[in-house]
Amino acid sequence: MKNFLAKIPEQVKRLSVLLVILVIVFIVVRSTLIPNDFGKIGHYRASAVQNIANNELHYAGQEVCVDCHDDIVAIKTKGYHKNLSCEVCHGPSIKHTESPDEFKPQIQRNRSFCPTCHEYLPSRPTGFPQIVSASHNPRKICVSCHNPHNPVPPVTPKGCEACHAEIAATKSLSFHSEIPCTKCHVANEKHKLSPRDNLPTKPTTREFCGQCHAEDANSPKDIPRINMATHEPRYVCWQCHYPHLPEAQ
Amino acid sequence: MEKKTNEAEKKLERRNFLKKLAVVSMAPIAFGFLGSGEKLMGLKKWVLDNGYVPKDHKWGMGIDINKCIGCGRCADACKNENNVPREPFFFRTWVERYRIYDDGEVLVDSPDGSIDGFEVLSTKKKMERSFFVPKICNHCDNPPCVQVCPVGATFKSEDGVVLVDSDYCIGCRYCIQACPYGARFLHPVTRTAEKCTFCYQRITKDKLPVCVEVCPTQARVFGELNKKASPLVRFLRMNKIGILKPSLNTEPKVFYANLDMEVK
Repeated sequence: MKNFLAKIPEQVKRLSVLLVILVIVFIVVRSTLIPNDFGKIGHYRASAVQNIANNELHYAGQEVCVDCHDDIVAIKTKGYHKNLSCEVCHGPSIKHTESPDEFKPQIQRNRSFCPTCHEYLPSRPTGFPQIVSASHNPRKICVSCHNPHNPVPPVTPKGCEACHAEIAATKSLSFHSEIPCTKCHVANEKHKLSPRDNLPTKPTTREFCGQCHAEDANSPKDIPRINMATHEPRYVCWQCHYPHLPEAQ
Repeated sequence: MEKKTNEAEKKLERRNFLKKLAVVSMAPIAFGFLGSGEKLMGLKKWVLDNGYVPKDHKWGMGIDINKCIGCGRCADACKNENNVPREPFFFRTWVERYRIYDDGEVLVDSPDGSIDGFEVLSTKKKMERSFFVPKICNHCDNPPCVQVCPVGATFKSEDGVVLVDSDYCIGCRYCIQACPYGARFLHPVTRTAEKCTFCYQRITKDKLPVCVEVCPTQARVFGELNKKASPLVRFLRMNKIGILKPSLNTEPKVFYANLDMEVK
């Protein structure tokens, strides 16, 4: 044995000692640098999967809302918004499930919210209900006419506004919006078939408007009054005033 | 006599030698077994704290282009759920609008990832067709981003979800370069790569990814690829399916129904 060791050249002995040291250093460094669970499942840290799964949730999910708000769900499941998750409009609300009184989900009353889905865009699929918000009752918020939990499609106009949509739209903005067309105009059935041959009537006397606007008229107090005797007696009212959008305040 | 004992000794020597040889040759195998003990344990299913077993799942997503209305609720909810920076450069999911004109020009835009919606842009040219395409990490079965990661910080989990270990990521951005779908970004604060995780914190707790949860038209479908009774499997059965950049052999797990040929 001694003989054998003596036979090995000095440089080989030294180099092999160096090699052993290098290997030990490599093993020590590698085991300290590489995390314990690296490679346990694949070429990654196994605990990273757990870390990512532990991330905080912000959205509770539709099924949680159903537990408490069954009254609203009962309405919503029948309407067109039945497939909408509550948190689409009410925002991330997992905190509301933890402390219902402290954290209240948002309620969208802004007119700009509903058009994110319902504003007209040529790229949207045909058949999806869309409006042009600039001309769609621009002074009203959406929820004043549409119940967001059960949005009902607009009723198809069947009366006068089916043809006279422009007048109907003007009238809807005016103080006369509550007065039905038939109060001032009498149209017989034939007007629908041949409108120009069967024109509806217009008020022919000043006294017709005077029913509300005369000084002694039996009508609500905030309606503007005129003196029927002195207020331009030679004209019928609608010759100066436009009854569908009367200018007088 | 002396010769005989010599022979006997020789025999004994040979026997001993063979015995020792057998022991020595078996040793590495035995050591191998010792070392593989942990590996064998690894064959047992890896279970998360809440009992979720990644190996039992294979997640995928279906997106129906014909149903997308481009409202951007998915992109908005994603930012809320995953604390994605609100600046308009960082998205885990976003919606693109494609407009194809009759002279063949294709315009693609995604202002702020569609979060604030799209504007009607009128041109004199006639638009031939137009639609929205929600984009998201495709969770490739053969992910290029994982191949290039030098430290093993991004990986395909056992349930098929491509994840980023943000504690281990060195922020070298190779994966961002490698992703053919542009689905990754560098988080401006942590300086690590980020991407869609299919809302891993949700799917491991039996909830839907938040983009699927809030989609008002059910344009997005999420589910298992390996199980028969899954909404996604039905989606794949009922629609004509396309994937993005099939030529790259990345094998995406995000499937598009009614995909237009112009979508890249």
